[in-house]
Amino acid sequence: MLLITCPCCGPREENEFRYGGEGVAIPTEADERTWARFLYYRDSPAGLFTERWVHTHGCRQWFLVVRDTLTHEISATSRLDEAPP
Amino acid sequence: MEPAFQNPALLWRNPTRKASYDVVIVGGGLHGLATAYYLAKNHGIQNVAVVERGWLGNGNAVRNTTIIRSNYLREESMPLYELSLKLWETLAADLDYDMLFDPRGVLALAHTKAEANETRRTVYANRLHGIDAEWLEPEEVKAFCPILNISRQVRYPVVGASLQRRAGIARHDLVMFALARGASARGIDLLQGCEVTGFRIVDNRVHAVETSQGAIAAGTVALAGAGRTPLLARMAGLDLPIQSTPLQALVSDGLEAVLNCVVMSGLLHVYVSQAKNGGLVMGAARDNYVSYAQRGSFNILEWQIQAALELYPIMSRAHMLRTWAGIVDVSPDASPIIGRTPVENLFVNCGWGTGGFKATPVSGFVYAHTLAHGKPHALNAPFSLERFETGALVDEHGAAAVAH
Repeated sequence: MLLITCPCCGPREENEFRYGGEGVAIPTEADERTWARFLYYRDSPAGLFTERWVHTHGCRQWFLVVRDTLTHEISATSRLDEAPP
Repeated sequence: MEPAFQNPALLWRNPTRKASYDVVIVGGGLHGLATAYYLAKNHGIQNVAVVERGWLGNGNAVRNTTIIRSNYLREESMPLYELSLKLWETLAADLDYDMLFDPRGVLALAHTKAEANETRRTVYANRLHGIDAEWLEPEEVKAFCPILNISRQVRYPVVGASLQRRAGIARHDLVMFALARGASARGIDLLQGCEVTGFRIVDNRVHAVETSQGAIAAGTVALAGAGRTPLLARMAGLDLPIQSTPLQALVSDGLEAVLNCVVMSGLLHVYVSQAKNGGLVMGAARDNYVSYAQRGSFNILEWQIQAALELYPIMSRAHMLRTWAGIVDVSPDASPIIGRTPVENLFVNCGWGTGGFKATPVSGFVYAHTLAHGKPHALNAPFSLERFETGALVDEHGAAAVAH
Protein backbone atom coordinates (compact mmCIF):
# COMPACT_ATOMS: atom_id res chain seq x y z
CA MET A 1 0.00 0.00 0.00
CA LEU A 2 1.26 3.45 -0.87
CA LEU A 3 1.80 5.94 1.93
CA ILE A 4 0.71 9.29 0.55
CA THR A 5 1.41 12.57 2.28
CA CYS A 6 -1.69 14.69 1.91
CA PRO A 7 -0.64 18.37 1.89
CA CYS A 8 -3.45 19.13 4.34
CA CYS A 9 -3.68 16.03 6.56
CA GLY A 10 -0.22 14.48 6.48
CA PRO A 11 0.81 10.88 5.68
CA ARG A 12 -2.14 8.53 5.20
CA GLU A 13 -2.72 5.10 3.68
CA GLU A 14 -3.50 4.87 -0.01
CA ASN A 15 -7.03 3.55 0.47
CA GLU A 16 -8.10 6.90 1.90
CA PHE A 17 -7.47 8.40 -1.53
CA ARG A 18 -8.76 8.15 -5.07
CA TYR A 19 -6.63 8.45 -8.15
CA GLY A 20 -7.03 11.17 -10.76
CA GLY A 21 -4.11 10.68 -13.12
CA GLU A 22 -2.87 13.46 -15.34
CA GLY A 23 -4.55 16.81 -14.86
CA VAL A 24 -5.98 18.23 -18.07
CA ALA A 25 -7.24 21.77 -18.53
CA ILE A 26 -10.72 22.29 -19.98
CA PRO A 27 -10.21 23.42 -23.57
CA THR A 28 -11.48 26.77 -24.74
CA GLU A 29 -11.62 25.67 -28.37
CA ALA A 30 -13.57 22.47 -28.79
CA ASP A 31 -13.16 20.83 -32.18
CA GLU A 32 -13.58 17.06 -32.10
CA ARG A 33 -9.89 16.34 -31.82
CA THR A 34 -9.38 18.74 -28.93
CA TRP A 35 -12.48 17.51 -27.17
CA ALA A 36 -11.41 13.85 -27.56
CA ARG A 37 -8.03 14.68 -26.11
CA PHE A 38 -9.61 16.45 -23.16
CA LEU A 39 -12.06 13.62 -22.45
CA TYR A 40 -10.06 10.50 -23.09
CA TYR A 41 -6.34 11.03 -23.49
CA ARG A 42 -4.24 10.84 -20.33
CA ASP A 43 -0.48 10.51 -20.07
CA SER A 44 0.88 7.12 -18.98
CA PRO A 45 4.65 7.62 -18.71
CA ALA A 46 7.36 5.34 -17.34
CA GLY A 47 9.30 7.24 -14.66
CA LEU A 48 8.47 10.46 -12.83
CA PHE A 49 4.83 11.44 -13.22
CA THR A 50 2.98 14.45 -11.80
CA GLU A 51 -0.52 13.19 -11.12
CA ARG A 52 -3.63 14.14 -9.19
CA TRP A 53 -5.04 12.35 -6.16
CA VAL A 54 -8.01 13.30 -3.99
CA HIS A 55 -8.19 12.65 -0.24
CA THR A 56 -11.71 11.16 -0.35
CA HIS A 57 -11.76 9.99 3.26
CA GLY A 58 -9.99 13.02 4.67
CA CYS A 59 -10.00 16.68 3.67
CA ARG A 60 -11.53 15.88 0.22
CA GLN A 61 -8.96 18.11 -1.46
CA TRP A 62 -7.41 17.36 -4.84
CA PHE A 63 -3.63 17.73 -4.86
CA LEU A 64 -0.56 16.87 -6.92
CA VAL A 65 1.74 13.91 -6.34
CA VAL A 66 5.09 13.32 -8.05
CA ARG A 67 5.47 9.54 -8.23
CA ASP A 68 7.83 7.24 -10.10
CA THR A 69 5.69 4.79 -12.09
CA LEU A 70 8.59 2.31 -12.24
CA THR A 71 9.17 2.15 -8.46
CA HIS A 72 6.00 3.72 -6.96
CA GLU A 73 8.27 6.04 -4.94
CA ILE A 74 6.61 9.36 -4.12
CA SER A 75 9.05 12.28 -4.13
CA ALA A 76 6.75 15.26 -3.54
CA THR A 77 3.15 16.29 -2.97
CA SER A 78 1.68 19.76 -3.18
CA ARG A 79 -1.58 21.65 -2.97
CA LEU A 80 -3.19 22.79 -6.18
CA ASP A 81 -2.91 26.46 -5.12
CA GLU A 82 0.84 26.11 -4.65
CA ALA A 83 3.48 26.16 -7.35
CA PRO A 84 3.66 22.63 -8.83
CA PRO A 85 6.41 20.44 -7.30
CA MET B 1 -1.90 -34.59 -31.15
CA GLU B 2 1.36 -33.70 -29.43
CA PRO B 3 1.39 -34.35 -25.68
CA ALA B 4 1.09 -31.37 -23.38
CA PHE B 5 4.22 -30.21 -21.52
CA GLN B 6 6.70 -31.05 -24.25
CA ASN B 7 9.97 -29.26 -23.62
CA PRO B 8 9.27 -25.73 -24.93
CA ALA B 9 12.87 -25.20 -26.03
CA LEU B 10 12.26 -27.61 -28.89
CA LEU B 11 9.05 -26.08 -30.08
CA TRP B 12 10.30 -23.16 -32.15
CA ARG B 13 13.37 -22.02 -34.04
CA ASN B 14 15.61 -19.26 -32.70
CA PRO B 15 16.49 -17.73 -36.07
CA THR B 16 19.02 -15.09 -37.00
CA ARG B 17 17.49 -11.74 -37.67
CA LYS B 18 16.97 -10.73 -41.29
CA ALA B 19 17.53 -7.13 -42.39
CA SER B 20 13.97 -6.66 -43.49
CA TYR B 21 10.50 -8.14 -43.14
CA ASP B 22 7.11 -7.51 -44.69
CA VAL B 23 5.60 -7.26 -41.22
CA VAL B 24 7.29 -6.66 -37.87
CA ILE B 25 5.08 -7.39 -34.88
CA VAL B 26 6.22 -5.66 -31.69
CA GLY B 27 5.49 -7.86 -28.71
CA GLY B 28 5.91 -11.61 -28.34
CA GLY B 29 2.96 -12.18 -26.06
CA LEU B 30 -0.15 -14.16 -26.85
CA HIS B 31 -1.71 -11.52 -29.11
CA GLY B 32 1.51 -10.91 -31.03
CA LEU B 33 2.07 -14.62 -31.55
CA ALA B 34 -1.55 -15.22 -32.54
CA THR B 35 -1.29 -12.37 -35.05
CA ALA B 36 1.84 -13.89 -36.56
CA TYR B 37 0.22 -17.31 -36.74
CA TYR B 38 -2.90 -16.05 -38.51
CA LEU B 39 -0.87 -13.84 -40.88
CA ALA B 40 0.83 -16.99 -42.14
CA LYS B 41 -2.13 -19.33 -41.94
CA ASN B 42 -4.97 -17.17 -43.23
CA HIS B 43 -3.14 -14.70 -45.45
CA GLY B 44 0.01 -16.51 -46.59
CA ILE B 45 2.22 -13.73 -45.24
CA GLN B 46 5.28 -15.50 -43.85
CA ASN B 47 8.04 -12.91 -44.12
CA VAL B 48 7.20 -11.78 -40.62
CA ALA B 49 9.18 -11.16 -37.43
CA VAL B 50 7.88 -10.99 -33.89
CA VAL B 51 10.26 -8.88 -31.80
CA GLU B 52 10.15 -9.38 -28.04
CA ARG B 53 12.20 -7.45 -25.50
CA GLY B 54 12.38 -10.34 -23.04
CA TRP B 55 11.43 -13.90 -23.78
CA LEU B 56 8.22 -15.06 -25.41
CA GLY B 57 5.16 -14.76 -23.24
CA ASN B 58 6.93 -13.18 -20.26
CA GLY B 59 4.38 -10.42 -19.71
CA ASN B 60 0.64 -10.74 -19.23
CA ALA B 61 0.66 -14.16 -20.93
CA VAL B 62 1.86 -15.59 -17.63
CA ARG B 63 0.07 -13.09 -15.37
CA ASN B 64 -3.59 -13.60 -16.16
CA THR B 65 -6.29 -15.81 -14.69
CA THR B 66 -7.03 -17.57 -18.01
CA ILE B 67 -10.79 -16.95 -18.05
CA ILE B 68 -12.43 -17.47 -21.45
CA ARG B 69 -16.02 -16.34 -22.11
CA SER B 70 -18.01 -14.41 -24.68
CA ASN B 71 -20.99 -13.04 -22.72
CA TYR B 72 -20.37 -9.36 -23.36
CA LEU B 73 -23.14 -6.80 -23.66
CA ARG B 74 -22.53 -4.53 -26.63
CA GLU B 75 -23.51 -5.42 -30.19
CA GLU B 76 -19.97 -4.68 -31.35
CA SER B 77 -18.38 -6.81 -28.63
CA MET B 78 -20.54 -9.93 -28.74
CA PRO B 79 -19.58 -11.18 -32.22
CA LEU B 80 -15.92 -10.41 -31.57
CA TYR B 81 -15.69 -12.38 -28.33
CA GLU B 82 -17.99 -15.12 -29.62
CA LEU B 83 -15.71 -15.74 -32.59
CA SER B 84 -12.86 -15.89 -30.08
CA LEU B 85 -14.66 -18.58 -28.10
CA LYS B 86 -15.40 -20.52 -31.30
CA LEU B 87 -11.72 -20.30 -32.24
CA TRP B 88 -10.74 -21.53 -28.76
CA GLU B 89 -12.98 -24.55 -29.27
CA THR B 90 -10.90 -25.71 -32.22
CA LEU B 91 -7.56 -24.05 -31.48
CA ALA B 92 -5.88 -27.13 -30.03
CA ALA B 93 -6.81 -29.21 -33.08
CA ASP B 94 -5.87 -26.35 -35.38
CA LEU B 95 -2.41 -26.00 -33.79
CA ASP B 96 -2.12 -29.73 -33.13
CA TYR B 97 -1.15 -28.98 -29.55
CA ASP B 98 -3.23 -29.47 -26.45
CA MET B 99 -3.71 -26.39 -24.30
CA LEU B 100 -6.15 -27.86 -21.78
CA PHE B 101 -9.05 -25.66 -22.88
CA ASP B 102 -11.73 -26.61 -20.39
CA PRO B 103 -15.26 -25.25 -20.95
CA ARG B 104 -16.33 -25.85 -17.38
CA GLY B 105 -18.79 -22.96 -17.24
CA VAL B 106 -18.47 -19.40 -15.98
CA LEU B 107 -20.84 -18.00 -13.38
CA ALA B 108 -21.15 -14.23 -13.06
CA LEU B 109 -22.74 -13.42 -9.73
CA ALA B 110 -25.23 -10.63 -9.09
CA HIS B 111 -25.37 -9.21 -5.56
CA THR B 112 -27.97 -6.45 -5.86
CA LYS B 113 -31.31 -5.94 -7.58
CA ALA B 114 -29.72 -3.54 -10.03
CA GLU B 115 -26.95 -5.97 -10.82
CA ALA B 116 -29.48 -8.77 -11.30
CA ASN B 117 -31.37 -6.62 -13.81
CA GLU B 118 -28.18 -5.74 -15.65
CA THR B 119 -27.05 -9.37 -15.69
CA ARG B 120 -30.43 -10.54 -17.05
CA ARG B 121 -30.22 -7.88 -19.72
CA THR B 122 -26.85 -9.27 -20.77
CA VAL B 123 -28.23 -12.82 -20.77
CA TYR B 124 -31.08 -11.80 -23.09
CA ALA B 125 -28.76 -9.80 -25.34
CA ASN B 126 -26.42 -12.79 -25.58
CA ARG B 127 -29.25 -15.14 -26.52
CA LEU B 128 -30.43 -12.78 -29.25
CA HIS B 129 -26.92 -13.01 -30.68
CA GLY B 130 -26.71 -16.79 -30.51
CA ILE B 131 -24.44 -16.83 -27.47
CA ASP B 132 -25.35 -19.40 -24.83
CA ALA B 133 -26.43 -17.72 -21.60
CA GLU B 134 -28.68 -18.65 -18.71
CA TRP B 135 -29.99 -16.87 -15.66
CA LEU B 136 -29.80 -18.90 -12.44
CA GLU B 137 -31.69 -18.25 -9.22
CA PRO B 138 -29.65 -18.56 -5.99
CA GLU B 139 -30.63 -22.20 -5.38
CA GLU B 140 -29.67 -23.08 -8.94
CA VAL B 141 -26.35 -21.27 -8.48
CA LYS B 142 -25.76 -23.34 -5.35
CA ALA B 143 -26.57 -26.54 -7.22
CA PHE B 144 -24.08 -25.64 -9.95
CA CYS B 145 -21.36 -24.50 -7.54
CA PRO B 146 -21.89 -26.18 -4.15
CA ILE B 147 -19.17 -24.33 -2.20
CA LEU B 148 -20.80 -20.95 -2.79
CA ASN B 149 -22.42 -19.34 0.24
CA ILE B 150 -25.91 -18.20 -0.80
CA SER B 151 -26.97 -17.07 2.68
CA ARG B 152 -28.96 -13.82 2.77
CA GLN B 153 -27.26 -12.91 6.05
CA VAL B 154 -24.08 -11.56 4.48
CA ARG B 155 -22.92 -8.17 3.29
CA TYR B 156 -23.22 -9.05 -0.40
CA PRO B 157 -25.76 -11.86 -0.83
CA VAL B 158 -25.93 -13.82 -4.07
CA VAL B 159 -29.25 -12.89 -5.67
CA GLY B 160 -28.59 -14.86 -8.84
CA ALA B 161 -26.03 -15.36 -11.57
CA SER B 162 -25.58 -15.70 -15.28
CA LEU B 163 -24.05 -18.91 -16.54
CA GLN B 164 -22.24 -19.47 -19.79
CA ARG B 165 -21.63 -23.21 -20.01
CA ARG B 166 -19.29 -23.03 -23.03
CA ALA B 167 -17.00 -20.63 -21.19
CA GLY B 168 -14.07 -21.80 -19.10
CA ILE B 169 -10.31 -21.68 -18.78
CA ALA B 170 -7.21 -22.84 -20.66
CA ARG B 171 -3.62 -23.39 -19.72
CA HIS B 172 -1.89 -20.07 -20.51
CA ASP B 173 1.68 -21.28 -21.01
CA LEU B 174 0.56 -24.09 -23.31
CA VAL B 175 -1.32 -21.53 -25.39
CA MET B 176 1.89 -19.57 -25.72
CA PHE B 177 3.90 -22.69 -26.64
CA ALA B 178 1.30 -23.76 -29.18
CA LEU B 179 1.10 -20.37 -30.91
CA ALA B 180 4.88 -19.90 -30.97
CA ARG B 181 5.34 -23.38 -32.37
CA GLY B 182 2.62 -22.85 -34.96
CA ALA B 183 4.02 -19.49 -36.05
CA SER B 184 7.61 -20.72 -36.18
CA ALA B 185 6.65 -23.79 -38.21
CA ARG B 186 5.05 -21.46 -40.75
CA GLY B 187 8.31 -19.60 -41.24
CA ILE B 188 7.82 -16.70 -38.89
CA ASP B 189 10.93 -15.45 -37.07
CA LEU B 190 10.48 -15.10 -33.32
CA LEU B 191 13.23 -12.73 -32.15
CA GLN B 192 13.67 -12.78 -28.39
CA GLY B 193 15.79 -10.34 -26.41
CA CYS B 194 15.11 -7.79 -29.13
CA GLU B 195 13.80 -4.60 -27.55
CA VAL B 196 12.33 -1.86 -29.70
CA THR B 197 14.05 1.46 -28.97
CA GLY B 198 12.50 3.60 -31.68
CA PHE B 199 10.78 3.80 -35.03
CA ARG B 200 12.17 5.20 -38.26
CA ILE B 201 9.37 7.38 -39.58
CA VAL B 202 9.84 9.48 -42.73
CA ASP B 203 7.06 11.61 -44.20
CA ASN B 204 4.59 10.16 -41.71
CA ARG B 205 5.31 6.62 -42.88
CA VAL B 206 7.11 4.00 -40.81
CA HIS B 207 10.00 2.26 -42.56
CA ALA B 208 11.86 0.41 -39.84
CA VAL B 209 12.02 -0.39 -36.17
CA GLU B 210 15.17 0.38 -34.21
CA THR B 211 15.95 -2.40 -31.78
CA SER B 212 18.58 -3.41 -29.26
CA GLN B 213 19.86 -5.77 -31.99
CA GLY B 214 19.93 -3.09 -34.69
CA ALA B 215 17.46 -1.67 -37.17
CA ILE B 216 14.97 -3.94 -38.92
CA ALA B 217 13.28 -2.64 -42.06
CA ALA B 218 9.55 -3.30 -42.16
CA GLY B 219 6.80 -2.86 -44.71
CA THR B 220 4.28 -2.80 -41.90
CA VAL B 221 4.78 -2.39 -38.17
CA ALA B 222 2.19 -3.87 -35.85
CA LEU B 223 2.18 -2.91 -32.18
CA ALA B 224 1.08 -5.68 -29.81
CA GLY B 225 2.73 -4.45 -26.65
CA ALA B 226 -0.19 -4.61 -24.17
CA GLY B 227 0.81 -2.66 -21.05
CA ARG B 228 3.87 -1.15 -22.72
CA THR B 229 1.82 0.26 -25.60
CA PRO B 230 1.90 3.86 -24.28
CA LEU B 231 5.71 3.73 -24.22
CA LEU B 232 5.91 2.31 -27.76
CA ALA B 233 3.39 4.86 -29.00
CA ARG B 234 5.40 7.68 -27.50
CA MET B 235 8.50 6.48 -29.42
CA ALA B 236 6.45 6.75 -32.61
CA GLY B 237 5.18 10.21 -31.68
CA LEU B 238 1.71 8.75 -31.35
CA ASP B 239 -0.85 9.58 -28.68
CA LEU B 240 -3.21 6.84 -27.55
CA PRO B 241 -6.03 7.00 -24.99
CA ILE B 242 -4.43 4.22 -22.96
CA GLN B 243 -3.32 4.15 -19.34
CA SER B 244 -1.27 1.28 -17.97
CA THR B 245 -2.03 0.04 -14.48
CA PRO B 246 -1.33 -3.08 -12.41
CA LEU B 247 -3.86 -5.92 -12.26
CA GLN B 248 -3.19 -8.37 -9.45
CA ALA B 249 -3.93 -12.04 -9.02
CA LEU B 250 -2.97 -14.76 -6.59
CA VAL B 251 -2.94 -18.50 -6.22
CA SER B 252 -3.41 -20.72 -3.18
CA ASP B 253 -1.59 -23.92 -2.30
CA GLY B 254 -2.79 -27.04 -4.09
CA LEU B 255 -6.06 -28.30 -2.68
CA GLU B 256 -8.44 -31.11 -3.45
CA ALA B 257 -10.89 -30.38 -6.23
CA VAL B 258 -13.59 -28.19 -4.66
CA LEU B 259 -14.49 -25.79 -7.42
CA ASN B 260 -15.85 -27.16 -10.69
CA CYS B 261 -16.40 -23.89 -12.55
CA VAL B 262 -15.24 -20.30 -12.82
CA VAL B 263 -17.06 -17.85 -10.56
CA MET B 264 -16.83 -14.12 -11.12
CA SER B 265 -18.17 -11.32 -9.00
CA GLY B 266 -17.93 -7.98 -10.72
CA LEU B 267 -19.19 -6.08 -7.72
CA LEU B 268 -16.70 -7.64 -5.30
CA HIS B 269 -13.89 -7.82 -7.85
CA VAL B 270 -13.09 -11.44 -7.18
CA TYR B 271 -12.81 -14.14 -9.83
CA VAL B 272 -12.00 -17.68 -8.80
CA SER B 273 -11.24 -20.90 -10.57
CA GLN B 274 -9.29 -23.96 -9.55
CA ALA B 275 -6.31 -24.87 -11.68
CA LYS B 276 -5.56 -28.44 -12.67
CA ASN B 277 -2.90 -28.64 -9.95
CA GLY B 278 -5.48 -27.76 -7.30
CA GLY B 279 -4.44 -24.15 -6.75
CA LEU B 280 -7.27 -21.67 -6.38
CA VAL B 281 -6.53 -18.90 -8.88
CA MET B 282 -8.05 -15.54 -8.03
CA GLY B 283 -8.08 -12.31 -9.95
CA ALA B 284 -8.56 -8.98 -8.23
CA ALA B 285 -9.46 -5.42 -9.05
CA ARG B 286 -7.06 -3.10 -10.81
CA ASP B 287 -4.82 -0.77 -8.90
CA ASN B 288 -5.98 2.48 -10.40
CA TYR B 289 -2.66 4.29 -10.68
CA VAL B 290 -0.33 4.34 -13.67
CA SER B 291 2.47 1.84 -13.16
CA TYR B 292 4.98 -0.29 -15.01
CA ALA B 293 6.29 -1.99 -11.87
CA GLN B 294 4.37 -5.29 -12.25
CA ARG B 295 3.21 -5.13 -8.67
CA GLY B 296 0.26 -3.56 -6.91
CA SER B 297 -0.90 -2.52 -3.47
CA PHE B 298 -1.72 -5.01 -0.75
CA ASN B 299 -5.09 -3.47 0.13
CA ILE B 300 -6.44 -4.70 -3.20
CA LEU B 301 -5.60 -8.31 -2.32
CA GLU B 302 -6.90 -7.88 1.23
CA TRP B 303 -10.27 -6.66 -0.05
CA GLN B 304 -10.42 -9.46 -2.58
CA ILE B 305 -9.75 -12.14 0.03
CA GLN B 306 -12.33 -10.66 2.40
CA ALA B 307 -14.92 -10.98 -0.35
CA ALA B 308 -13.75 -14.48 -1.29
CA LEU B 309 -14.10 -15.71 2.30
CA GLU B 310 -17.66 -14.48 2.50
CA LEU B 311 -18.57 -16.16 -0.79
CA TYR B 312 -16.59 -19.35 -0.10
CA PRO B 313 -16.25 -20.00 3.64
CA ILE B 314 -14.45 -23.26 2.78
CA MET B 315 -11.43 -21.21 1.66
CA SER B 316 -10.71 -19.85 5.13
CA ARG B 317 -7.89 -22.35 5.72
CA ALA B 318 -6.29 -22.04 2.29
CA HIS B 319 -2.87 -20.41 2.10
CA MET B 320 -1.94 -17.71 -0.34
CA LEU B 321 1.06 -19.11 -2.17
CA ARG B 322 1.99 -16.42 -4.69
CA THR B 323 0.69 -13.05 -5.80
CA TRP B 324 1.63 -11.15 -8.90
CA ALA B 325 0.57 -8.29 -11.11
CA GLY B 326 0.45 -7.73 -14.82
CA ILE B 327 0.45 -4.29 -16.41
CA VAL B 328 -2.78 -3.84 -18.32
CA ASP B 329 -3.48 -1.28 -21.02
CA VAL B 330 -6.85 0.24 -20.23
CA SER B 331 -8.87 2.23 -22.73
CA PRO B 332 -11.58 4.73 -21.74
CA ASP B 333 -14.47 2.46 -22.79
CA ALA B 334 -12.90 -0.85 -21.67
CA SER B 335 -12.83 -2.03 -25.28
CA PRO B 336 -9.78 -2.67 -27.42
CA ILE B 337 -8.34 -0.41 -30.12
CA ILE B 338 -7.45 -2.43 -33.23
CA GLY B 339 -6.55 -0.77 -36.47
CA ARG B 340 -4.70 1.96 -38.28
CA THR B 341 -2.94 4.89 -36.67
CA PRO B 342 -2.23 8.39 -38.01
CA VAL B 343 1.22 7.06 -39.05
CA GLU B 344 1.14 5.19 -42.38
CA ASN B 345 1.83 1.45 -42.13
CA LEU B 346 1.88 1.59 -38.34
CA PHE B 347 -0.96 -0.39 -36.79
CA VAL B 348 -2.03 -0.79 -33.22
CA ASN B 349 -3.76 -3.51 -31.24
CA CYS B 350 -4.14 -2.50 -27.60
CA GLY B 351 -6.58 -1.55 -24.88
CA TRP B 352 -7.63 -5.11 -24.05
CA GLY B 353 -7.12 -4.06 -20.47
CA THR B 354 -8.07 -6.68 -17.95
CA GLY B 355 -9.57 -9.17 -20.41
CA GLY B 356 -7.05 -9.91 -23.13
CA PHE B 357 -6.44 -13.62 -22.56
CA LYS B 358 -9.87 -14.75 -23.74
CA ALA B 359 -9.48 -12.66 -26.86
CA THR B 360 -6.13 -14.15 -27.89
CA PRO B 361 -7.37 -16.03 -30.98
CA VAL B 362 -9.75 -13.39 -32.28
CA SER B 363 -7.29 -10.60 -31.59
CA GLY B 364 -4.73 -12.35 -33.78
CA PHE B 365 -7.39 -13.25 -36.34
CA VAL B 366 -8.76 -9.73 -36.93
CA TYR B 367 -5.39 -7.99 -36.49
CA ALA B 368 -3.80 -10.28 -39.09
CA HIS B 369 -6.69 -9.45 -41.45
CA THR B 370 -6.21 -5.73 -40.77
CA LEU B 371 -2.47 -5.94 -41.48
CA ALA B 372 -2.91 -8.05 -44.60
CA HIS B 373 -5.56 -5.82 -46.16
CA GLY B 374 -4.51 -2.45 -44.74
CA LYS B 375 -8.01 -1.99 -43.38
CA PRO B 376 -10.03 -3.61 -40.60
CA HIS B 377 -12.07 -6.79 -40.69
CA ALA B 378 -15.80 -6.12 -40.23
CA LEU B 379 -15.51 -7.43 -36.67
CA ASN B 380 -12.87 -4.92 -35.57
CA ALA B 381 -14.04 -1.94 -37.64
CA PRO B 382 -16.00 -0.52 -34.65
CA PHE B 383 -12.85 -0.73 -32.52
CA SER B 384 -10.97 2.03 -34.31
CA LEU B 385 -8.90 4.77 -32.73
CA GLU B 386 -11.22 7.32 -34.39
CA ARG B 387 -14.13 6.34 -32.14
CA PHE B 388 -12.81 8.60 -29.40
CA GLU B 389 -13.31 11.55 -31.75
CA THR B 390 -16.60 10.44 -33.32
CA GLY B 391 -18.03 9.42 -29.96
CA ALA B 392 -18.99 5.93 -31.16
CA LEU B 393 -17.61 4.28 -28.04
CA VAL B 394 -18.10 0.58 -27.32
CA ASP B 395 -18.77 1.05 -23.65
CA GLU B 396 -18.23 -2.21 -21.84
CA HIS B 397 -17.81 -0.54 -18.46
CA GLY B 398 -20.33 -1.92 -16.03
CA ALA B 399 -21.02 -4.84 -18.30
CA ALA B 400 -17.49 -6.08 -18.34
CA ALA B 401 -14.94 -3.50 -17.30
CA VAL B 402 -13.85 -5.12 -14.08
CA ALA B 403 -15.31 -8.54 -14.68
CA HIS B 404 -12.85 -9.87 -17.20
